[in-house]
Amino acid sequence: MSDATAPEQSAESEREPGPPNTGTRSVSLSRVALYGALLAVMGVFLVPIETGLVTSVKTNPTGVSETLPYLPPPPEYFTLAKWEQAFDRLGQGMVNSALYSIPATVLSAFAGSLTAYGITQARWKDRYKALLLALFVAGIFIPYQAVLVPLSRFWSTYAPLEDWLAVLWVLGIDNDYAGLVELSVTHIAYGIPICTVLFRSYYKNMSIEMVESARLDGASLRRVYRRIILPLSTPMFAVVLIYQFTQIWNDLLFALILVSSESSEAAPVTLILAGLGQSLEGSDFPLRMAGAFIAALPTLAVYVMFGEEFAEGVAS
Amino acid sequence: MPRPFRRRSRQSDRAESECDLSPESGDHSHGPGSGSPRPDGGTVDERTAPSSGRLTGALDDRFGDDFVESLPFWLPAFLLMGLFVYGAIVWNFVISLTDYEGFRDASYSSLDFEMYSRALNDSGFIDAAQNTVVLLIAFTVLTLGIGLGLAILVDRNIRFENTFRTIYLLPMSLSFVVTAQFWLWLYNFDDGLLNQAVVLVGLDRVNWIGDPQVVLWAVILALMWQFSGYAMVVYLAGLRAIPQEHYEAARVDGASTLKMYWRVIIPQLKGATISAAVVLMVFALKAFDFLFSLVSGYRPPNGSDILATKMVREVYSGTPRWAYGSAIAMVLFAMALSIIGPYLVYQYRRGNL
Repeated sequence: MSDATAPEQSAESEREPGPPNTGTRSVSLSRVALYGALLAVMGVFLVPIETGLVTSVKTNPTGVSETLPYLPPPPEYFTLAKWEQAFDRLGQGMVNSALYSIPATVLSAFAGSLTAYGITQARWKDRYKALLLALFVAGIFIPYQAVLVPLSRFWSTYAPLEDWLAVLWVLGIDNDYAGLVELSVTHIAYGIPICTVLFRSYYKNMSIEMVESARLDGASLRRVYRRIILPLSTPMFAVVLIYQFTQIWNDLLFALILVSSESSEAAPVTLILAGLGQSLEGSDFPLRMAGAFIAALPTLAVYVMFGEEFAEGVAS
Repeated sequence: MPRPFRRRSRQSDRAESECDLSPESGDHSHGPGSGSPRPDGGTVDERTAPSSGRLTGALDDRFGDDFVESLPFWLPAFLLMGLFVYGAIVWNFVISLTDYEGFRDASYSSLDFEMYSRALNDSGFIDAAQNTVVLLIAFTVLTLGIGLGLAILVDRNIRFENTFRTIYLLPMSLSFVVTAQFWLWLYNFDDGLLNQAVVLVGLDRVNWIGDPQVVLWAVILALMWQFSGYAMVVYLAGLRAIPQEHYEAARVDGASTLKMYWRVIIPQLKGATISAAVVLMVFALKAFDFLFSLVSGYRPPNGSDILATKMVREVYSGTPRWAYGSAIAMVLFAMALSIIGPYLVYQYRRGNL
């Protein structure tokens, strides 16, 4: 701690000339208080995760009730059985989630990039662009309940994928997997607004000189996109892909409505987790905790690796 | 002192040298009806160009030079989004005017507002609406307050800033379903951490989930845990946009730290506050996932039913009451609109649209 405060002290005392001794002491005290507060807050953020982690390796119900919730279990109450059980229950769900999350993430990000380019860099009248953009921005904030009934009517009556994809079921694929195709399309449609807005703020801040000179030289919009915009979009693609993947993977509502049953072979991981460890005898908390960590693993991994991009995605 | 938080990537010169700007007619994409390459990049009047459609020219005249050429980029995505968002909302409104119920097909022959008057006479709906408003306001205000506090702490030239920031934002990357599991365990009556702490200070155990007076606040607390890191990140970006001189000027005037933030800094965070508040309110409206996971079912604990959960329960649990659910959804939509509408106007006035 003293190491951390040392450079600050000198900077502060330069700015505020005064009796050096008292000045330094009060500054360092306030720095200590500052770091104390920061660490305390960090504790608050980590405790729910920590208790979950230690609980996930306890036996149920004795280990859970005999030990303190925030302490690791002593050897007699330690078990990895709940993790194995959670893997068994959630494994297929993880695969199912990946099956629709990854295509939906990539396609919605790409659609967002194209759309943002078309309404940012292409020259047409600003007031029409603003109108279009307003429709996209509002689309981000729609409460999904407001589209749920039409959505389920649409997929069941007007686009019965289960009938259209009949050839797949003949091949031995469970026909509940039609639900995952529906989920992909649904997530793409509702992901387009946020992807567009994220890319749009990026493209708007891009220097347009290069694009303009290319246009004057006769390059088409498509050419400019391929040769100039797309290569420059890589950092923003990272941000958008991470944000979208987290959102889609974490979603429960659409999965619940479109796949409907947690016992379905095609059930996404969030749907299974929501019903995990619940029985008439009471909650199996170690199983729930282990399941929560397994389900969170992909998004946690993405977050740990790309925290900076994630922060940028949520901040804009 | 420059304090970078958001790394803006410099546009590399590489791309410029890579791009070959010679016009190749094969690579030109024009809108439907226009076939000729435009060597001057589209500034030519389409009507005088040979073989380009009259419609194209008229559209470009009306909307701007590149309008028709830009259509393939945004129109497909716009149509898909428009169908699923705006088409669905209109359809939802129409369904809410019917009496559509059960497993038969919808009949659109008699349309009236019966479902809305049914809602007003449904005490469950009134309770859910009240809870929604409480959740919306309490969660947003508290989360903004904590987020601002965290941002100010993190902004004080600390070491390991990245580590602190990363951990504060971590819960945001988790699913509502996952956080519901963690908090269900924290709130457990017999063995949960919170009740252990409550007993330790000599108080009676609290029935966090089972007590209808408490449960809504327990939900708000859990959501705050998940989203105050988000508010912090937005405020931090706002703080970093304030020129360093403003801090120094306040210091020279002899303002205390507290006064400096209250009088000089916080008023400049209005934009950040508005953006964060809108996003947080929308998250609060979507708290369905959390409440569903808490009980593994459609019926949230007594005292925590919100419109989002009630709507889904009416339609997807038991006999589907499509029309009634749609009506509740329209109320929810109206709530969202009353937040987003002014926000869009605000952004438009500031030239952000």
